[in-house]
Amino acid sequence: MGEMVVSGPPQGALPGIDGETRFLYVLRHGDDNLVLAQRLGEWISRAPELEEDIALANIALDHLGQARALLTYAGELEGRGRSEDDLAMTRTERQFTNLLLCEQPNEDFAHTMARQLFIDAYQLELWERLASSNDPTLAGIAAKAWKEARYHFRHSSTWVIRLGDGTEESHHRMQRAIDELWRFTTEPFMADDVDRAAAGEGYGVDPSELEEPWLARVTPVLQEAGLVIPTDPYRRVGGRQGFHTEHLGHLLAEMQWMARTYPGLEW
Amino acid sequence: MVTVEQVREAVARIPDPEIPAVTIDELGILRGVEERDGKVVVKITPTYSGCPALDAIREEIRRTFVELGVAGEVETVYSPAWTTDWIDEHARRRLESVGIAPPVDRAQVTCPRCRSGQPRTVSEFGSTACKALMVCSSCGEPFDWFKPI
Ligand SMILES: [Zn+2]
Repeated sequence: MGEMVVSGPPQGALPGIDGETRFLYVLRHGDDNLVLAQRLGEWISRAPELEEDIALANIALDHLGQARALLTYAGELEGRGRSEDDLAMTRTERQFTNLLLCEQPNEDFAHTMARQLFIDAYQLELWERLASSNDPTLAGIAAKAWKEARYHFRHSSTWVIRLGDGTEESHHRMQRAIDELWRFTTEPFMADDVDRAAAGEGYGVDPSELEEPWLARVTPVLQEAGLVIPTDPYRRVGGRQGFHTEHLGHLLAEMQWMARTYPGLEW
Repeated sequence: MVTVEQVREAVARIPDPEIPAVTIDELGILRGVEERDGKVVVKITPTYSGCPALDAIREEIRRTFVELGVAGEVETVYSPAWTTDWIDEHARRRLESVGIAPPVDRAQVTCPRCRSGQPRTVSEFGSTACKALMVCSSCGEPFDWFKPI
């Protein structure tokens, strides 16, 4: 990825929250975007139409760019000299702290759009609040990502409505995707110790505050699409603690293969 | 002895790799040039987070350091976040002259070729992340619109 420098952390400007918490907090959001970018990149040359191929590639690039900024900054906060590449390419599955939703496979186009809708609505709420973090570097990355999330949400919600309100086949697939991915939509709003410590000091956001506004964004889209909001209480969690679904290992194997086979390779 | 001002002038002339009709200065990507610890620090900001042009811009700035024989560093800044408001008037006219509708509200977009309004959006994402693909309902030509953010 090449060497990158972001503006250094504000030294001593953030009392009450230790460097380890800051590192873990920034890292998890970096992981969300890295894994999501890798998933979206799998669509390149396989999207249903040319414009969509370009759209998905561009959205993937936005998430990759967000991941690069966040992972580079996480490495600076950690202070052990790890670069964005070190964090992306040399950690194992158990060390990734992304949401399970981000690692779910693309399946058909309906599944991809359902996943994106859920994540885009979540990130819209997250970035808006993180843009007022008391860490100017994190706030700057979030402010930029917030603008991008608006275009992402516009894209995914348009597709969910078009497919849900489309043919019998497209409606059936869209509903199936919503039903299958709904189980991953509690995890983004569950706070752990890192979230609580970060939120308490004005550094981060308490994710439980995001659930209501998230639902207020997603519900009208599903209603307009003629889709039923699932009532199945079954929920999957664990990504923030490094307990992943079987899919992440396969994704990392592909993403990290080159970097692990030829360590330090440059071209 | 090369001054900070000379470095600023040189890097301000670097064209955007994806839209060479305008410079990185006119697009608002160049955020400042200053001297720090005996080095010239050039600050840049990405338009979109994933803008692949940023790596090319970094390389071009480093090449400029070598040409001028100065010790320099490129720093990426994220705050304040880039906005299309930073694209100056001259650059907006240049964009239009190469067939790209400048960043105005969606309802105000006019075809850069025939100037008629009410184009149709073909794709929210055009040839690059910062642009959407539109087609003119009057002359029928497709064109890129620089999305306001
Ligand atoms: Zn026209």
